[in-house]
Parts: sequence; structure tokens; C-alpha cells
Amino acid sequence: MKILVPLKRVPDPDTKIRVKPDGSGIETDGVKFAVNPFDSIALEEALRLREKTGAAEIVVVTIGGEECGEQLRTGLAMGADRAILVKSAAALDSLAVAKVLAAVCQKEQPSFVIMGKQAIDDDSNQAGQMLAALLGLGQATFVSKLELTDGHQRARCSRETDAGIEHVAISLPAVFTADLRLNEPRYVSLPGIMKARKKPLEELSPEALGVSAASRTRVLKVERPAGRKAGVRVKSVDELIARLRTEAKVL
Amino acid sequence: MNRILVLAEHDNGALKLASFAAAGFAAKVCAASGGSFDFLLLGSGLAAAAEGLRQSGAAAVLAADSPGLAQPLADRCAQVVAATARARGATIVVAAASTFSKDILPRAAALLDAGMLSDVIDVRSEGSDLTFRRVMFAGNVIATVQLDGPVKCIAVRSAAFAAPAATAALSPVEAVAVDAASLPQFAEFISREVKVSARPDATEARIIVSGGRALKNAADFERLVGGLADVLGAAVGSSRALVDSGITPNSLQIGQTGKVVAPDLYFALGISGAIQHMAGMKDTKVIAAINKDPEAPIFEIADYGLVADVYEAVPELMQKLKT
Ligand SMILES: Cc1cc2nc3c(=O)[nH]c(=O)nc-3n(C[C@H](O)[C@H](O)[C@H](O)COP(=O)(O)OP(=O)(O)OC[C@H]3O[C@@H](n4cnc5c(N)ncnc54)[C@H](O)[C@@H]3O)c2cc1C
Repeated sequence: MKILVPLKRVPDPDTKIRVKPDGSGIETDGVKFAVNPFDSIALEEALRLREKTGAAEIVVVTIGGEECGEQLRTGLAMGADRAILVKSAAALDSLAVAKVLAAVCQKEQPSFVIMGKQAIDDDSNQAGQMLAALLGLGQATFVSKLELTDGHQRARCSRETDAGIEHVAISLPAVFTADLRLNEPRYVSLPGIMKARKKPLEELSPEALGVSAASRTRVLKVERPAGRKAGVRVKSVDELIARLRTEAKVL
Repeated sequence: MNRILVLAEHDNGALKLASFAAAGFAAKVCAASGGSFDFLLLGSGLAAAAEGLRQSGAAAVLAADSPGLAQPLADRCAQVVAATARARGATIVVAAASTFSKDILPRAAALLDAGMLSDVIDVRSEGSDLTFRRVMFAGNVIATVQLDGPVKCIAVRSAAFAAPAATAALSPVEAVAVDAASLPQFAEFISREVKVSARPDATEARIIVSGGRALKNAADFERLVGGLADVLGAAVGSSRALVDSGITPNSLQIGQTGKVVAPDLYFALGISGAIQHMAGMKDTKVIAAINKDPEAPIFEIADYGLVADVYEAVPELMQKLKT
């Protein structure tokens, strides 16, 4: 069994996001970067499936510049076997990412792909679904429980939907996207970090994979939304009710 | 000329109000730069839902009615969306953001080789060029973007677009032929755990009462958060913390990675106000927060803040609102 886990380098969820004064992008100087939290959950699930089933090769892949090697090393330190960095200087939108990942899948032929349901920078929630479509495979998004069945030919998934939990069975190979409740990712250990240094990290390019990865999305400018201001502190429940009734007129 | 396909959403035939917000987006684009829009409904037994879409100014209400679409499985639905978009020469496929559309629309976009924008809150047209505004980084950044290509897929935030005014004329309902044998079979639906609730859905409610980690167990949540909601005829919501600990179902999670809501009034009870939570509710008109920590970040965005223990303040609030 081979499991492919795409990882994205994103600003740490606890960092404050600042917009560059000229609106050309977000400030990256001094910002701490991390593996997208949903991708860590996806990788953790792959690691647990390997622990449960015995043998599986886990390959982490990312698309971006040299600096993304840091997140691949984190993935290797968590326990992935090898890493692929598809080097791209341009920022890619979800469809372009999905095209690159599809090419990686053609090359690697994984038993399935598991990735985060969304990246916490773009918040797009698209790449996994697009990848499944490009590969002509099934998908289960927003997965909170994953179980391989039928001699690893199928998977039983619980999905977090707006209405509640949905249970589906998906034929493999397939693309799964992880939601928050799937698991709690492990921390990287010192021995893990040491071992990661010796694990292979292969560099590829979209050209070498034979894909033209041009983004359809053109960002003209970014800005901060109009912020909310703190209102008033009320002293009692009575004052709260009175103000909601007579001032805000929402009760 | 714009030809827009609006993917409508329903729950076993009951239309989701967000469908009309997606139509509002389409109507806005058409008003600015011409064209027309159709609704597309997917499912089995769609007569009533189709009827409900006939007074929103659509050129047609397209109903893909097939037993094979009884459950919203993404592989099948995306194939029908893409085929219909091709057949109608759609230049834009739009839906309101929900787990339904997030599952299906990106898949359809890839089948159409179309780029997609999520969480769109505004659109402007200059000639035939469309410029969109969308939310990123947990609501901390608004990007102004354009999308190249002959077909664009758009998911809108429903609070950002007003439903089109009801028309006297009725849109015609047209059946979309679905060849059940050609539908993909990658996924098999097993079951759905739905908590039946008499309370309104958070995405459609005027008032939401939302609880955080201050609530120690499901019984307390029901008594305090549920209780206040019932006094007000409101919906309930919760922070991620309570979903993670099994106190509330996932369907109640408000935030960056849960539901995004913008009601008239949002009660945040014992919620600290993490950026990921605020991403899902800061477009609310009036925020009222009760928290025992005077430094809690929620007070930085609340219109009315009360420093108090929810276990004392909420029963008092319920009692006084009842009288
Ligand atoms: C990738 C990612 C995605 C996330 N997505 C979401 C999301 O979609 N939605 C979401 O909500 N969170 C999300 N989170 C989690 C978020 O960061 C916070 O951890 C979470 O919102 C905290 O929930 P809380 O406010 O209920 O709990 P806490 O932060 O623990 O706050 C509890 C508050 O209750 C107050 N309190 C305690 N007892 C009482 C009492 N008796 N009376 C009054 N006040 C009391 C405390 O003062 C405190 O302010 C996400 C995090 C990550 C990393």
C-alpha cells in the first residue's frame, strides 16, 4: 500500500496576519510558518493506518519554493518515508495545484491520497475535490473517520456535513480530505527529526512532470476588512436586555 | 453575454434559503453586464423544490430528477452539473457556500477545466470583465481577484447577496435528462446521522445563541444555550472546543472551518473569541458576549459585553426575557 499526503506551507494558525501596505500580499517577514493543520491531520491518519495495517509507504509532497522543504522535513519527522518537492516559483491556485498533484499521482500510483480539507491561508477548500475529478476517482471530503475494508479495496468514511455525520463507502484508489475530528496529530520527536535528515527528498518541477501549471486566478490586491469596534460593557443582565431592546432593537 | 447556472440546494425537497442568495449573485451580474441565469436542482422527487424556485427571475428551473441522485454524492452530482453547464453554454456556475456545494462544485470545476473562487462576497463588472472580492485567512484578508477562462465556478457567502425580488411571472421548469447508467459509482451512501431539532438552522436564523468551553457538558449546553435559544426562537451554535469534546454535534460549529453566519444578533456565551471562531460570525449585526474573563478577545468585537459567569447570567437572562 502506498499513501500520498500533500502538505502545504502556511502561516502558523496562531500568528497575526498583516497585509503589506501596498496591498500586494501579506507580510511574510518574521512570520512563523507551519504545515497546514488539516494536512497534519491527514498525515497522522496515514501514519495510523500504517500502524494498523502493517505495511505502507507514506509519501509527502508539496509544491512551492525551497523554503517548503522545512514542512516536508516536518512530515518526514512525523514518520513519512520520503518526500517530493515540486518546485514552483509562482503561487498556484487550486486547479493548478490539483493538476500538479494529478501528475505526481500518475507517477507514484498511490493506493489513495489523503489531504487537508482546506488550507488555512486561502481557505479555498477545492484542491482535493479537483484532484479526484482529474484522476477520475471517487472522493470523500470532510472525513472524521476512515476505515479500510474489503482487503483495502474500499474505505468506510464518516463525513462532517452541515446536516450532521454522513457515512459512505468509497472504492479505492480515492481522494480523502481530512476534517478536524479525524484525529489529533502527534508532535514531532527529537529522534524523528534525526531520522528525517536521512530520508530521501526528491525535487521535481511541473515541467518535468509534463504539466503546465498556470493559475487562472489573478489577485489584484489584498486588504484588511473593515474591523469591528469594541462596543460597551454593560453592568448587569437588566442593562443588557434594555440595550438590546431599545438601542440595538434586535429583541 | 453571461449565462449563469445557479446550483440550488435542498434538504429532501426543502429548499435552502442560501440558494436564493446564489441567485442574487447571478441577478447582480446579469443586471450589470447582461445575460440570464438558470437554476439547477439535483435529486429525486424535485417537483416541490422546483416550484419554489419559479419566482426568482430565472430563465428556467432545470430539474435533474433521478433516483440515482437521491443522495448528494459528489461524483454523480458533479458529473451532472458539468454536463448541464456544457449543454447550456454556462459561463459561470455559482452556488452558496455549504458542505454540499464545497463537495460538488470544485469537482465540477475540474471537469470543466474551470478555475474556482470560494467565499465570494462581492462582484463588480467592467464591460465583460468581472472582478470579485473574496475572504481569506480566517476573515483577516479580503482579496480582489479576477478569474481567467471561459467558464468560472463561484461559491458565494449567502449573507453577502440579497435574494432577487419575487417576480409575478413564473420561470418554466425543464427536466434535465439523467442517464442513470452513466453516473459514476465510486461512492455508496450508507446512512446519515441527523439530529432532528425544532430549532432553526444557524445559517437561516435571525438570532443565534452560541456556547463555548464554559459549558461543561451536554446537559448544561442544552439547559443554558438551548434554553435561551428557545426563549428567543433562535438557532444554537457552538465553538470548535465543544464539538471536539463531543458536547455538541459538528453541525453546530461556527467558524473558519465550520459554518459562517451573519444573523441580526449573536450571543457568545463563554466563548473566548479565537480568530478561527470570529471568522464565522463577525459579520453579525449585533454581538452580545458574556464571559467571566474581562480580557477575553470576544469583547474586542462585541457590541455589548457582560463580564459574568454564564451559569448565573444566562438563567437570569432567560427568566427576565420570559416576563
Ligand atoms: C485549523 C483550525 C481550525 C479551527 N476552526 C475553528 C472553527 O471553525 N470554529 C471555532 O470555534 N474554533 C476553531 N478553531 C479553534 C479555535 O482556535 C479555538 O480553540 C476555539 O474557538 C476555542 O473555543 P472556546 O472559545 O469555546 O474555548 P476557550 O478558548 O477555552 O474559551 C472559553 C472561554 O470561556 C470563558 N469561560 C469559562 N468559564 C466560564 C463561565 N463559567 N462563565 C463565563 N465565561 C466562562 C473563558 O474565560 C474563555 O474566554 C480552529 C483552530 C484551528 C487550529
